[in-house]
Amino acid sequence: MKSNNIHKKVSQNVMFWIFRIMSFSVVAILFWIIGFIVYRGIGVINWEFLTAAPEEGMTKGGIFPAIVGTFYLVIGSMLVAFPIGVMSGIYMNEYATNKHIVRVIRIMTNNLGGIPSIVFGLFGMSLFVNKLGFGDSILAGSLTLGLLALPLIIRITEEALKAIPDSYRHGSLALGATKLQTIGRVVLPAAFPNIMTGLILSIGRVSGETAPILFTAAAYFLPKLPSSIYDQVMALPYHLYVIATSGTDLEATRPMAYGTALVLIVIVLIMNLLANYLRKKFTK
Amino acid sequence: MKLEAKNVNFFYGDFHALKDINMKIESNTVTAFIGPSGCGKSTFLRLFNRMNDLIADTHLDGECMLGDTNIYDKSISVDELRKTVGMVFQKPNPFPKSIFENVAYGLRINGERSKSVIEDTVETSLRQAALWEEVKDKLKKSAYALSGGQQQRLCIARALAVNPSVILMDEPASALDPISTSKIEELIFELKNHYTVVIVTHNMQQAARVSDKTGFFMLGELIEYDDTKKIFLNPEKEQTQNYITGRFG
Repeated sequence: MKSNNIHKKVSQNVMFWIFRIMSFSVVAILFWIIGFIVYRGIGVINWEFLTAAPEEGMTKGGIFPAIVGTFYLVIGSMLVAFPIGVMSGIYMNEYATNKHIVRVIRIMTNNLGGIPSIVFGLFGMSLFVNKLGFGDSILAGSLTLGLLALPLIIRITEEALKAIPDSYRHGSLALGATKLQTIGRVVLPAAFPNIMTGLILSIGRVSGETAPILFTAAAYFLPKLPSSIYDQVMALPYHLYVIATSGTDLEATRPMAYGTALVLIVIVLIMNLLANYLRKKFTK
Repeated sequence: MKLEAKNVNFFYGDFHALKDINMKIESNTVTAFIGPSGCGKSTFLRLFNRMNDLIADTHLDGECMLGDTNIYDKSISVDELRKTVGMVFQKPNPFPKSIFENVAYGLRINGERSKSVIEDTVETSLRQAALWEEVKDKLKKSAYALSGGQQQRLCIARALAVNPSVILMDEPASALDPISTSKIEELIFELKNHYTVVIVTHNMQQAARVSDKTGFFMLGELIEYDDTKKIFLNPEKEQTQNYITGRFG
């Protein structure tokens, strides 16, 4: 009996430590990556790096056009994905009465979310760039990234609406409000913080994507900023890919690559922290 | 006659929830519905502002009249009906907005823009709901800063602001403490001067205290409907007698 107890205790402890080590290792890896990027990249970060265009085969100068390009692509993709995504979410949670239809839409949405991003890139190239003739452009890139962000926004909207108790809806309807008024004045305002969280998370996601813009928007090198939505742009993730793999002098561009990675990581990190902060602030 | 049910039968899917109910409710009275859980009294109450419409796969036979109109007629706008027949729910359900905005809500959805009209109505409604003195200095505060009893009176004020003629209350005090409950009861007593009140309650003393007439429901049937005094002192049916004396339920 006694030895059996000891045996149990030991195995309990061993498993507990394995679980603990596993979860800490995740944190460790994250810190390692970030630490590594910061260590290698922090040296090139200065005002010029953030505000100048690349120079001399991208070994000098900065990444300003790529920052601006990513900014435009994020704005563009959200203009595409946010209205469509939020309205789909509203339809699915508030209007659709047929459970089967909702299920089919949900499965499709999840599948859309599971498609590899390079496939989105290919699709965007054939539809937006070639078929619709937008060319490699902010427009084509935004549409492609927008498609990529749709499933996330739909799902988060749906979850946010689902969290709103029916008692709010019934209270509003019982006062003679129409369904649309109920959604617009009670349900959506209450769900707004969570939907914003979703928006910010998808901004983080979109700003880091390379594959969808590879064939649809991103330029290898552009000394000037875009002047219309039909212009190509540089973008941070693609720029990183370019200077890490296909520059003229890879050794010389290496520090620039780490600097770019650092900027990208910081942007995504800020977005995630902002999302967390908003969620906490509004759910109080 | 304010409200009338004529041969009402109601179904949830195949389940026959209300069986051949006839009832007349007069203006400016308080009518209480009592009966064991699942007897159909809440279902019956919700027929009069068509809240049952929100439940899928339900079916009504018979007529529900508000004055001379059948409220289930095709020409009836449900939104307009609900402005005339207000409702207070079992659990206080203020919107996650300020106290002021909760009461102003019904006016705003009606397109009222005049600030002074809205302010006046909010004050009048809160006074009618006996809440004004407690909240007049914190109208901008969240409704959820109020106690449960205050929240329920806020919901009553919110319903009054739309200027209904009938107020349906579905166990309005069952989630409240005794003091809040007695405040709500006093309020109901006041309200009948201006409104027709119908209240569902599990609390028989409450029915006895506030209502003029009482309907006793069981298993989807209206067993007995009469003056409250008569129901509680000298009921005709044995089932009623058994229920009010607590022999089952």
